[in-house]
Amino acid sequence: MANFFKDNEDINFLLDNIELSEIIKLKEKNFSEKDEYPYAPQDVDEAMENYKLALDVLGDICGTIIAPRAKEVDEQGARFIDGEVKYADGTKEALKRLAQADLMGFTIPRRYGGINFPKTIYSIAIEMVSRADASLMTLFGLQEIADTIYRFGSEEQRKRYLPLFCSGEYSGAMALTEPDAGSDLPAVSVKATIGDDGKWYLNGVKRFITNGCGDVILVLARSEPNLKGARGLSLFIYKRDDTMKIRRIEDKLGIHGSPTCELMFNNSPCELLGQRKLGLIKYTFSLMNGARLGVAAQAVGIAEAAFREAYSYAKSREQFGNAIINFPQVYEMLLDMKTDIEAARRLVFFTSNIVDLKEGLEELDSENLLDKSLKKDLKKYTRYAGFLTPMSKIFATEMANKVCYDAIQIHGGVGYTKDFEVERLSRDARVTNIYEGTTQIQVNAAIGGVITGVLFDLCEELKEEIEFHDLKEGIYDLKENLRACIDYVKQMDNSEFQQFHARRLVEMGSFIVISCLLSKDAKYSEKKGHIARYFLNKAICKTADYKKQILSSTHLVINLKDNIL
Amino acid sequence: MGFNMIVLMKQVPDTSNVQEGAMKSDGTVNRDALPAIINPEDLCALEEALKIKETHGGHITVISMGPLKAEQALKFTLCLGADKAILLSDRRFAASDTLATSYTLSKAIEKIGAYDIIFCGRQAIDGDTAQVGPQVAEKLGLNQLTYVFEIVDLSKGHITVKREISNGYERAKAPLPILLTITSAANIPRPPSVKKAMAFKKLSAKEPSLVEADFPLQLWDAEFISADPTRCGLKGSATKVKKVESVVLKTREKKEIEPTLSSISSLMKELIHDHIIG
Repeated sequence: MANFFKDNEDINFLLDNIELSEIIKLKEKNFSEKDEYPYAPQDVDEAMENYKLALDVLGDICGTIIAPRAKEVDEQGARFIDGEVKYADGTKEALKRLAQADLMGFTIPRRYGGINFPKTIYSIAIEMVSRADASLMTLFGLQEIADTIYRFGSEEQRKRYLPLFCSGEYSGAMALTEPDAGSDLPAVSVKATIGDDGKWYLNGVKRFITNGCGDVILVLARSEPNLKGARGLSLFIYKRDDTMKIRRIEDKLGIHGSPTCELMFNNSPCELLGQRKLGLIKYTFSLMNGARLGVAAQAVGIAEAAFREAYSYAKSREQFGNAIINFPQVYEMLLDMKTDIEAARRLVFFTSNIVDLKEGLEELDSENLLDKSLKKDLKKYTRYAGFLTPMSKIFATEMANKVCYDAIQIHGGVGYTKDFEVERLSRDARVTNIYEGTTQIQVNAAIGGVITGVLFDLCEELKEEIEFHDLKEGIYDLKENLRACIDYVKQMDNSEFQQFHARRLVEMGSFIVISCLLSKDAKYSEKKGHIARYFLNKAICKTADYKKQILSSTHLVINLKDNIL
Repeated sequence: MGFNMIVLMKQVPDTSNVQEGAMKSDGTVNRDALPAIINPEDLCALEEALKIKETHGGHITVISMGPLKAEQALKFTLCLGADKAILLSDRRFAASDTLATSYTLSKAIEKIGAYDIIFCGRQAIDGDTAQVGPQVAEKLGLNQLTYVFEIVDLSKGHITVKREISNGYERAKAPLPILLTITSAANIPRPPSVKKAMAFKKLSAKEPSLVEADFPLQLWDAEFISADPTRCGLKGSATKVKKVESVVLKTREKKEIEPTLSSISSLMKELIHDHIIG
């Protein structure tokens, strides 16, 4: 039977070659729990051994339980019956298995029942689950909610909620979006008011809430009626009771196993998480960044599944007396798919590393344990994570859509039917560049890091580890071109003009970061060297193209809207 | 109240994954060429025990007779939720047929003493005899329910099960203690707990004289279970392999044989004549 960890050479490559000791030491607080819990590691090597062991168990569940039921889950879907959501049978089975395996408290500390793994490993886990069934990721990947309670809740709240999340008894949801507040979250209007009993109550409607039927929902609501915008919002923990009604669930293009609910809160009792007014600007921001990285990993998983389908089909399908994989137009698609998947995985892995370092240092900082130099590091990682997270989501989710598109293309006519997996994968992939912030919203979040030069600082650091001269030169070329574009855009001094080109600039930035990472890895394996060169070559061509487009444009482009639309 | 449960487990070559070199020239299985797995129906048997432990409480001991490397398989059963795993390993146990195996297992069970339910897989995917469970029950003087695919009720000292029979199922009730053989239709076994897998990864089997009685992974030999060496292993085996023939079964229809001496004897004759046994 398939094991989605063991059969994935690239994931194993990353775990075997990329140094994670700093992350592990931070996460394990120098192995302080080794005598307290029999499953806590003694040292870095044992922690790595534990990660692989857990991923092996998960890989087996993905290959033998989850993936074989994905088609049925897609067909049956989550259903809305008598005001309540019913998961598809396969979804229920998968959740049961994941809980039995102790995999529902991935990043949560051991004292609350979790296994205390870093985000780096969690991202791999999300990828594997998504390869098996993308819709399940929205439940498995919602461990972010427990993580948010851990990071910002009181000790009493942690003790009350986290063990139940870790055991799989509680599932969660985050209720941010409203009918009139989608990308524009500061416009949230669900009200939170204090009742005569001194407790908080929620009123209003939330829409597009993934797993809104969950037991514990983090609700973004306006607690300060006189404060408009983001500063009037707080985050609340709502424990499911009779006061909240699920009005409907959406009939979606894909991820059918994942219920997307419309919720109506009607004097629903809740409790404040953290401090008032920090709901959006601090907690939701943190929650969403975690979720964005999760979606990036989800996209990699879907793409991996689509590539495997396309690859095996191309090898077995014969036309003109030849397997179609031997036709250049077909194998070029497969080359692009494979390269872009490894590129995206590397970027997500690296971003997860940075997020782990950042969060590890933040925890030490909250205990006042950071010296001056570590404080500087924390600042640096925070800046890096700020643009890498949206950049990962853009690259991975757009990549997944392209990979699924080509996977159908390689199948030809049958790919357009339900007899093959690729049509489902394609539908499932389509949401990844929409939810948790569209690609366009991610561009807004990432552009700062590109324009201000933080990205170049990062590349200077990464450059040190690249051993091959030709790769270094190629990356130099990419950087110079991006610099020229940034200078040009800045010199125009027009924010709409900058926004017009922002996506191109961010994409060029992602080419540089990924090229650095792949080139760095080339020293570990010849194959990675080939992949790095293939990727870099394409990146150079696309960057040259973007550069031409940007440098040949003037502020007149923004007038096109009125002239043509 | 909890139940004392014993699960018999066999490590087998993965016959669903047969590749070249799987058989030796003398017709015996080349165990080195096939990955070793826990016999699938034994995992179903353990799963039934785990379900009972979850609802009623109790204690599960897994016993396996095999070489030292079967330790890994036993460790896996601990990760699934067994409380204790015992490896019966002794050179004198080698080359046991079902008779010698059931003798050795029954001696180990006697050593454990108190039990309410003994679980076995219906049959192993290497030998496919389905004999060991029933033979153990005979040796212990126990009631047995074979081909069980569902435990319907467990209360007041009785167990009610559904067991597969040809063309349907039968509901049967019996007093405890009892031996059950479980089929793969019973359940899909759970995955291991990663917490346990992490905690137990460095655990190795220890002889009972060196550890506390509740040490989770133990290594028992013939002396410890007071087994008569002449009844163990090759010496204690009544089966002798004369020659191995590849028999391809042609007929697909099935026959009902009445459990009478004359019809069984005519079946034997027929099977010998067709070279299926002999």
